[in-house]
Amino acid sequence: MGKTLIEKIIAGSSGRSEVNLGEIVFITPHRILSHDNSAAISKIFKKIGASKVWDPERIFIALDHAVPPPDERKALNHKVIRNFVHEQGIPHFYDCGVGICHQVLPEHGHVVPGKIILGSDSHTTTHGALGAAGIPIGRTETASVWAIGRTWLKVPESIKITLNGKLKDNVYAKDVILYVIGQIKADGANYRSVEYYGEVVEKMSISERMTICNLSAEMGAKAGIVPFDETTKRWLDGKVKEPYEPVDADPDASYANVLEYDLNDLDPQVACPHKVDNVCAVRDLTKIDIDVALLGTCTNGRLDDLQIASEIVKGKKIARGVRLLVYPASQQVLRDALRLGYIDALVSAEAEIAIPSCGPCLGAYGGVLAPGETCISSANRNFKGRMGCKEDTGIYLASPATVATSALAGYITTEV
Amino acid sequence: MIIEGRVWIFNDDDINTDLIFPGKYTYEPLEPKEQAKYVMEDYDPAFVNQVKQHDIVVTGKNFGCGSSREQAVTCLKFAGVDAIVAKSFARLFYRNSINSALAVIESPDLAESILNEVTEPGLHLSQFVISIDLAKGKIALDQKEFSFPPWDEQAMLIFKAGGLVEYTKQQLKDQAKKGL
Repeated sequence: MGKTLIEKIIAGSSGRSEVNLGEIVFITPHRILSHDNSAAISKIFKKIGASKVWDPERIFIALDHAVPPPDERKALNHKVIRNFVHEQGIPHFYDCGVGICHQVLPEHGHVVPGKIILGSDSHTTTHGALGAAGIPIGRTETASVWAIGRTWLKVPESIKITLNGKLKDNVYAKDVILYVIGQIKADGANYRSVEYYGEVVEKMSISERMTICNLSAEMGAKAGIVPFDETTKRWLDGKVKEPYEPVDADPDASYANVLEYDLNDLDPQVACPHKVDNVCAVRDLTKIDIDVALLGTCTNGRLDDLQIASEIVKGKKIARGVRLLVYPASQQVLRDALRLGYIDALVSAEAEIAIPSCGPCLGAYGGVLAPGETCISSANRNFKGRMGCKEDTGIYLASPATVATSALAGYITTEV
Repeated sequence: MIIEGRVWIFNDDDINTDLIFPGKYTYEPLEPKEQAKYVMEDYDPAFVNQVKQHDIVVTGKNFGCGSSREQAVTCLKFAGVDAIVAKSFARLFYRNSINSALAVIESPDLAESILNEVTEPGLHLSQFVISIDLAKGKIALDQKEFSFPPWDEQAMLIFKAGGLVEYTKQQLKDQAKKGL
């Protein structure tokens, strides 16, 4: 019997020649990611009784959630992390402002195809865009891996999703994956690994693949992976310094589910409050007025996202009464967007440009909603209260293009 | 090991981690007992005032979907919840629960029969008391008995150790003994 991508990746990370479906195996991750939660993780690490991390080189920490810290407690939280990083000699530490962990990790060449990235963040699935397996875990488990360098995994079933056709001009990776989530629902890939194929995926840039792998978390996936190809290789060249061996699924691999979608006729999609699988076409919405438009996050805060939005708003002004918040995913993205004039176009349209970070996506601070407000967002979650306030608020998730057109109109639309 | 308690019904599917523990508190350095003050705040703030030690939650499918935030588990545990029985759990919540030694049981049959007793979605304190036998994989409700599949062996080892902190502590000691 042939092997799936996740079966091969888990085998490689557990020092075995092969593993079987349902088997419990112990793996050592190539990298383990955490962010502002590293302070809490370091406390658990000490509670375990560990003194030195198993391999400082494998640990990756980026401060991105409460950046820059808005109060004393959150500032102290960051300080605890800096002290721990110093004490343990962790080289891959990225302080406030460098960017969102899921952007910085691959940007700095730390994601290698065929390997496992564990992460104390549910959107660790993002790294599947580079042919790796990004598997989310919790804080205690992260502390345990810091201490002993391994954890257990159950070899999961896989779902094969093939995306066929040619997308319309105003349809993007975000629309594609929202549509898929709407079809298979919030638990459609629970405990399973998803593999993406088809001409739509083959044509996608790494940034777009990151969007679909990122949102795989919203169908419950353990990992979402796009197989390595020429696009992956070109993107990694010059970034990854170590040798790597990409893996492919065998043609006779066995899948729990095989899904195929023809996307020729797909229109821009939107996930309506308060569930990510509550998806419809934008044109099927009634007129929904907005207060805030959020462009950014680990889902859609990259250069192409800023480019799309800036081209839409260039020479125009956002609607009166609407705030357009822009959070570039990283310093690198911000610098490129400055150089290419995207930031100028956005600021001229009266957008607010923020520091590269997660921003109000999780409602920790900065750009949170007031009671009764509605937001169109390029982020990945629209749960009740997600953006800091639950009283009569609504978050609609859509592509950066729809966020930009809606910011101009003052209501959710794809019309310019 | 037997877990017995009165039953809270959370009559919804896809109850996410933001509803269980709001994101705005996630990066506050809070001890588990402080986390418990915010349990289910955005789902139904009435819960925190009425939940008692050794209560059990029965709910629908995909419980705990969303974030990796472990406070979603620890806030329930430190609010007094000893076990959660669901039609299904989101993978991360399930894993975090085992690591924090909170009993999570997938029993669609038991969940179905209890959820059928209420019509309105949302939070309900029921008259039911259930008894869960973790080793045998059985749940007793009145005169009826329900079975659930046993946990993976590794999950059971971690749970029995009292959670992953205790389990890894032992692993470190074993490593030291072997001189690794």
